Amino acid sequence: MCRVEDLQRAVLAKNDRGAEALRTELAARGTVIVNLLSSPGSGKTALLEAELTLARRRGVPVAAITADLATENDATRLARSGVPVKQVLTDGLCHLEADMLRSHVEGWLPDDTRLLFVENVGNLVCPASYDLGESLRVALASVTEGEDKPLKYPSAFGLAQLVIVTKTDIAEAVEFDEAAFLGNVRQVNPGVEVIRTSARTGEGTGGLLERAMAVQAGAAVHRPVMARQAVAHGHSHSHSH
Amino acid sequence: MHEMSIAMAVVGQVEEAAGPGGVRAVESVRLQVGELAGVVPDALRFCFELVCAGTVLDGAELSFDPVPGRARCEPCAREWDTGMPPHLCCPECDGAAAELVSGRELRITEVRWAPEPQPESQPEPQPQPAVDRE
Ligand SMILES: [Zn+2]
Repeated sequence: MCRVEDLQRAVLAKNDRGAEALRTELAARGTVIVNLLSSPGSGKTALLEAELTLARRRGVPVAAITADLATENDATRLARSGVPVKQVLTDGLCHLEADMLRSHVEGWLPDDTRLLFVENVGNLVCPASYDLGESLRVALASVTEGEDKPLKYPSAFGLAQLVIVTKTDIAEAVEFDEAAFLGNVRQVNPGVEVIRTSARTGEGTGGLLERAMAVQAGAAVHRPVMARQAVAHGHSHSHSH
Repeated sequence: MHEMSIAMAVVGQVEEAAGPGGVRAVESVRLQVGELAGVVPDALRFCFELVCAGTVLDGAELSFDPVPGRARCEPCAREWDTGMPPHLCCPECDGAAAELVSGRELRITEVRWAPEPQPESQPEPQPQPAVDRE
């Protein structure tokens, strides 16, 4: 005879628990994580380099972890900002998980760090499912990637608490339809703030740092519709934490 | 591939449920997958087979219960199918106050364990007097 067990377990429960623990632990020492999601070539590293440099100039203690499949180029670029930067090689894994992040933070992250920027692996599919214990999740898209990006990657944009458009200096040249892009963002994530940036002209530089600092200081963060799932009737997962 | 990590998480959860030792074989696993969970069932099934090889789940069947994306705007008392990619603005007031009713589920709902091995190979941990037993 077979035994059937009514299991009711969230598949990613282990990661979610790890993320919650890391968030609580870091919050206790005044550090918040900013998780950055984007496609390769979206200009994420250039944006982050500018934000880190600005933070250092303003005397805000920040640090960055950059996750990559294999190379170390991003870390070298980010290190030019003069803030602590660590490269994490995921060894082919397409996203970071909370416990991996914790193991890299432990013993490395300076105690006075206010913001830890995490440059997730460059893709918009896998990282969207994994909470890293962040307090601010950001999705990036460059103007070259097309207006329908939010509809092609609804989890990445739908769960973002801030959306950043990069490379706006070439928006006209590539005929970027900003209204269409904003409409698509709104369809999957009504109410989320979208900021325009250009590493070349400096437009929007500091926007990410400001938003992140506000979160660190306790400001309310946008709650995407997709992140607000009502507890399902009779199928709620365990309430014990 | 994303589904590979998900498949590994499913196997990990089932192994954990099998308990220490984890010797019971698994015949089937049932998953609830929301329309907005970002998982492609066929890809997951493919990865699941690969990941199960050599575990207690070797050869286990994977079945899916799809859950549609539904959203509700409380102020308007309006509920709608989100579709995919989802429409999450309220069709009534165009507002951003909606919440999801369903669609992001990614949950193991049921595991069917194979018949237990012969009793003599499983020592009973509590030596109780054999009275009042059915
Ligand atoms: Zn409404």
